[in-house]
Amino acid sequence: MAKASEVRIPASSIPLSRHFEASVAVVGTPNSGKSTLFNRLTGLRQRIGNYPGVTVERHVGVLSGVEERIELVDLPGTHGLSAHSIEERLAVDAVFGQIEGQRPPDGLLAILDASNLYQGLFLIQQLLELRLPTVVALTMNDAAEASGLKTDIDALSAALGDVPVLPVVATTGKGVHRLKEALAQLHEQPAVEPPGAWPELTEAVAPLAAASGVAGVLLGRALLDKDSAAGRRVAAELDEGALGELERLRRELIGDEPPLALEARRRYAWVREALSRVQQTGSPRHSVAARVSQFFNQPWPGTLGLFAVMLVVFQAVFAWATPFMDLIDGASGSLGALVHGWLGDGLLASLLADGVIAGVGSVVIFLPQILILFLFIIVLEDSGYLARAAYLMDRVMRSVGLSGQSIIPMISSFACAVPGIMATRVIPNRRDRIATILAAPFMTCSARLPVYALLIAAFVPRQQIGVLNLQGLVLFGLYLFGIVMGILTAFMIRKTALTGPRPAFALMLPEFRRPNLRTVGMQLLARAKVFLKRAGTVIFTVAVVVWALAYFPRADISQAELLERRALVSQAQGGETREETPAAIDNEIAALQLERSYLGRAGKFVEPVFAPLGWDWRVSAAVIAGFPAREVVVAILGTVYAVGDDADEATLAGRLKASTWPDGRPVFTLPMVVGLLIFYAMCLQCAATIAVIRRETNSWRWPVFAWTYMTALGYFGALLAFQLGS
Amino acid sequence: MKPGETAVIDAIHELDAPTQRLMSLGLVEGAIVEMAGRAIGGDPLEFRLFGCGISLRREQAQKFLISPAARGG
Repeated sequence: MAKASEVRIPASSIPLSRHFEASVAVVGTPNSGKSTLFNRLTGLRQRIGNYPGVTVERHVGVLSGVEERIELVDLPGTHGLSAHSIEERLAVDAVFGQIEGQRPPDGLLAILDASNLYQGLFLIQQLLELRLPTVVALTMNDAAEASGLKTDIDALSAALGDVPVLPVVATTGKGVHRLKEALAQLHEQPAVEPPGAWPELTEAVAPLAAASGVAGVLLGRALLDKDSAAGRRVAAELDEGALGELERLRRELIGDEPPLALEARRRYAWVREALSRVQQTGSPRHSVAARVSQFFNQPWPGTLGLFAVMLVVFQAVFAWATPFMDLIDGASGSLGALVHGWLGDGLLASLLADGVIAGVGSVVIFLPQILILFLFIIVLEDSGYLARAAYLMDRVMRSVGLSGQSIIPMISSFACAVPGIMATRVIPNRRDRIATILAAPFMTCSARLPVYALLIAAFVPRQQIGVLNLQGLVLFGLYLFGIVMGILTAFMIRKTALTGPRPAFALMLPEFRRPNLRTVGMQLLARAKVFLKRAGTVIFTVAVVVWALAYFPRADISQAELLERRALVSQAQGGETREETPAAIDNEIAALQLERSYLGRAGKFVEPVFAPLGWDWRVSAAVIAGFPAREVVVAILGTVYAVGDDADEATLAGRLKASTWPDGRPVFTLPMVVGLLIFYAMCLQCAATIAVIRRETNSWRWPVFAWTYMTALGYFGALLAFQLGS
Repeated sequence: MKPGETAVIDAIHELDAPTQRLMSLGLVEGAIVEMAGRAIGGDPLEFRLFGCGISLRREQAQKFLISPAARGG
């Protein structure tokens, strides 16, 4: 529900760059401790925007603690300058200064993970060939030493052509001050001669670079990788003769081999040679943590461990959040009562208490659950566990035509499909990616939770079945239902519209590490802000609009008219009369009022569509109004039933139970409730998800398909449940 | 290979795009890999490559020809 993506500032509108003395790009391999260090260097002086056209986050900050105004841009992690995913491509484009509207970097901060120098050095030698002023931050040295790796920092600096190498411990801040000072002076630092990892490449393009004025490093990349951003730019800038010359050089230098394979061979040969000078391998210290992680590396303990972790997460989301939710519920209830106490029953009081407080309150109540869920997902991701989950689940996912990499987006989708769909960017294969995107909205997101919680609390008996609680079991079943339907959808899509060869699967498995509290805290804070901002804007607006639609027009219903109407009803029911209290008469007037309001009319208008599902006009109206964002449904039901004839019941659940058809039959029968639950489990009632599918697939085809398909599933599922059950 | 065993990559056949990707991650001729484990059902496999963990499916791993290497090399 925390729609992380849509309240974003386009990066180009951040007017920072102009006033900076230098812009430094932070580059490193994934999991090198880059973001933790970035947070250390900038503190809270950072902004998150989006790269133009894509949902990749762009983190920009100001170097803190120095006089110079230096802009730091935290780029997505990449293993090299030939990109294999959208995020890598952005990092590469940014390094080359190829992103429209962005200042090209004046210098680089290269992050080198001491426990993974092998891959780190591969990236760094490519970066050094850009001949930008560069400083290297050596991270994770403590972890490397614990596993027996001793790094000679002077030798490392020498191997890299005397680039400054500064060790930092990002978690404690040790070494960060020296790094800041180096960064402040970076743009004045002379560029260094890059290490000769592949001098033939540089030499080969040098004459062409001199003749054409295009930088040698760009020509080198274009030579290796025609389809890269560098390749496209070179193709646009060079004339035909020069391009022919480049083609000739390519044949001469590389021959028939795949250029990237040759590049990997050449560069890693250099890396191995450098590594032998720079790092000594000793015997690792056998810590308890290492032994525990070794135990969970075995097939069965690893898989069972994963299930245990997931169980703890879901348990925590429901158990830990309850006290906080009760607190928010109580606060919003007494606030509403207070407003009615002050202002009576007039227009303003109704707007504030029934519209704003009841509407927004019924959504804000889910903040604790969302934060707990995000806390777990952030911690699991930062500790490197999510990658391991992908590894463990690969076999299972393969049997439905996906890969283990689809697991991470699906787990994230339990919080919200929007970040989940964004997380599919790590899947390099397009078919797999789209199949995962279509499966993600089926996962029970935190916005479905309020609806489930409300209906289960109201209609599933509190019964123990052995050690298990029936309500919890039903909830678990709904989660399972979503998972099964999602995976089934991906499977069918992969077998029909998106057939193709089985994609490659290569996954980096980082060592487990303790997540950094600061980083986790900052991410959590950002999530909370996004959620509250949404509750304060979108949901506030929806709540007020729904209230107004339910309140207006104010028809003048007199007691006489009511009595006349009741006579008709009692005639129909066989002439029995009921004792009427003044409060009951008030409530009946309110109910009649609601029925004649715009919302009531709209609900009645669509009622025939949903009548086969057993829904009355109130449920229909709430469902229709919930299409842009399903979490508002509870808010709408809250508002509708707060002004209706069932308002005597203290809780919304009680009001739902008491609600009847005009002839006295209850609306919420078991088959109807089951159908409603199925409807919510399936239906794609979320404008933000539709928008993010549109952006991530870059076409309207998939969001339109997903919406139609999921709505149809929901409708016919509910129809089936109601018709079979009644 | 069994978990705990070490080998050196001798040759790579079929340089298709996924294999090139693996090469740019460091799985090239001369690299020393240690088998670290496998998931349930024996697939995918986990290797350690100069300290970093990398997971491959069996069919991809079969494109790399290896020979036993001295331990810790």
